[in-house]
Amino acid sequence: MDLKTLTYIFVGATFLVYVGIAIWARAISTADFYVAGKGVNPIANGMATAADWMSAASFISMAGLIAFLGYGGSVFLMGWTGGYVLLAMLLAPYLRKFGKFTVPEFIGDRFYSKTARLVAVLCLIVASLTYVIGQMSGVGVAFGRFLETSYEMGIFVGMGIVFVYAVLGGMKGITYTQIAQYVVLIFAYTVPAVFISLQLTDNPLPQIGLGATMADGSGVMLLDKLDQIVMELGFAEYTTSSNGNMLNMFLYTLSLMIGTAGLPHVIIRFFTVPKVRDARYSAGWALVFIAILYTTAPAVGAMARLNLSNTIQIGPVGEVDGNLAYAQRPAWMKRWEATGLLKFEDKNGDGLIQYYNDANPEFATKAEAWGWKGSELNVNRDIMVLANPEIAQLPNWVIALVAAGGLAAALSTAAGLLLAISSAISHDLLKGVFAPKISEKAELLAARLSMIFAIGVAGYLGLNPPGFAAQTVALAFGLAASSIFPALMMGIFNKRMNSAGATFGMLAGLLVTIVYIFWFKGWFFIPCSNLAHNTADNWFLGISPEAFGAVGAMVNFAVAILISRVTAPPPEHIQHLVENVRVPRGAGVATDH
Amino acid sequence: MSDANDNAAAYWQANLRLVVFCMVIWAIVSYVCGILLFEPLNEIRLGGYKLGFWFAQQGSIYVFVILIFFYAAMMNRLDRKFDVHED
Repeated sequence: MDLKTLTYIFVGATFLVYVGIAIWARAISTADFYVAGKGVNPIANGMATAADWMSAASFISMAGLIAFLGYGGSVFLMGWTGGYVLLAMLLAPYLRKFGKFTVPEFIGDRFYSKTARLVAVLCLIVASLTYVIGQMSGVGVAFGRFLETSYEMGIFVGMGIVFVYAVLGGMKGITYTQIAQYVVLIFAYTVPAVFISLQLTDNPLPQIGLGATMADGSGVMLLDKLDQIVMELGFAEYTTSSNGNMLNMFLYTLSLMIGTAGLPHVIIRFFTVPKVRDARYSAGWALVFIAILYTTAPAVGAMARLNLSNTIQIGPVGEVDGNLAYAQRPAWMKRWEATGLLKFEDKNGDGLIQYYNDANPEFATKAEAWGWKGSELNVNRDIMVLANPEIAQLPNWVIALVAAGGLAAALSTAAGLLLAISSAISHDLLKGVFAPKISEKAELLAARLSMIFAIGVAGYLGLNPPGFAAQTVALAFGLAASSIFPALMMGIFNKRMNSAGATFGMLAGLLVTIVYIFWFKGWFFIPCSNLAHNTADNWFLGISPEAFGAVGAMVNFAVAILISRVTAPPPEHIQHLVENVRVPRGAGVATDH
Repeated sequence: MSDANDNAAAYWQANLRLVVFCMVIWAIVSYVCGILLFEPLNEIRLGGYKLGFWFAQQGSIYVFVILIFFYAAMMNRLDRKFDVHED
């Protein structure tokens, strides 16, 4: 069977499964499956959280970034897992004890202020919307390849499907659909990784294979081989190439960690477990299921880079027969050229593909002597995971499986985020503040309208993305880190924190971070409106915009503590509320999302 | 009443000690081993991995998982010891 038919079958079949489970679960739940207060088992909840949370950025984009960043890609690995430690210890059990429906609701109650709640809604919308852009670029890549059209066309198709998917409602929030999505996603990610690890190292476990010797009989370690190959082409050493300076690595990781703990659609998952102690374990289980993908990703990245280099650089560097002839390029390159995400430009007109680091002046001089006139292959990093099984010449069904997994990851998270945005607007903004008497029907309409608007904005920004999917998502984490996480943490750990402190803290954190981002990435991400070039020389202390969330969070903490010290302490009943939240006993029934 | 308050305060102090202990380990495996001491640790080999690289891309994640389960188990014991557990 040809690849296209197989892909349609795999993608279609998995979608049918999700819809089927959604319909089945809905019928069950009306039959009192969710007896009030029973909630969801922590292991099941952990798996659903993992599916909800692992998005296009984790699935499609991250390993590709690691492939090209090498050691520098570690910030994503540590950042997006370490955040669960913070979530388990600093937020989840207490927020579960508090037992409310949305994150702005907690902030509004704890800081006894509608203004604080409004600011929290604002932070939530800004962070979630940025996050959706990242999903949209992922969807564009996946659909572009899958339908063999351009990236732009892929985004339009993706917008349509996300719209139907999200507006159908029920799809998201049903734990069992998400468990099915997790199974598809993790299977699709690990199967090709196991195959490739076997091919390259004879070891089926990618986590071990990455640190093993090559199976080609040379006795060289895989990572040493990779270091050697990339350096021969003028790139930085794979295992030591850092992502900016050490301070940037530090803050980038920290931003992603506290951003993870501050993302509203992750936090609300912990409101659904039966008990406070389940909230602690549930974060652990979520991380177990996430770690399966995250410890595989470095192997996927490194092995993809190795295979890519070996495909193009077929012989010794600098010799005429060392490079692949364009006419003899493999079928996967032709397929990806159709999306516009892989480009070849024969700069020196010799019909061969030269791929090397032309930004390295020392190497460029050497290359010139060989008659090379610049690197001729432009590879979008977001295609690496999807193209990986094709590069490794795996059977067609594996390639089709990966397409289904990537779409599951992107669509489930995008739909979840759109629902978070629309419920923030209809539940927190309209019903909570502006129009408390609004009818249920009008609330639903407002939710739909805000969803359409959000899809439109995200689609436009997906066509002009401020970076690769994983980097765009990193911006969203920075925004959540600088605004929501500090407010939640101080709400629990600082009894003296009052409404003025929290409100100004959130505003200051968000403002500092967003201005820094727009300064380098363009106002509202509109191309060419940036005030300075987005290069390390211009950054403040070498801190990249994606890493700035941690600084924003520090500003938030500092402003909040300062202002709360010079204004009146919170009323007594709020202080009692904080004491109550700190003790597990007496938790109410779980809320069902 | 004041006994109950003392108990809650003691429970909270014990909780904070545990959290601080866990956060120190959390910071050591990621920020210290994965970033700060990355270069010296790379002198040591773990199979084909340089140790600093292994911490940054593998080891820290394994430790995070163990850490959360350790914390959850210890908190369960604390909840019972101070008699603030559910049911």
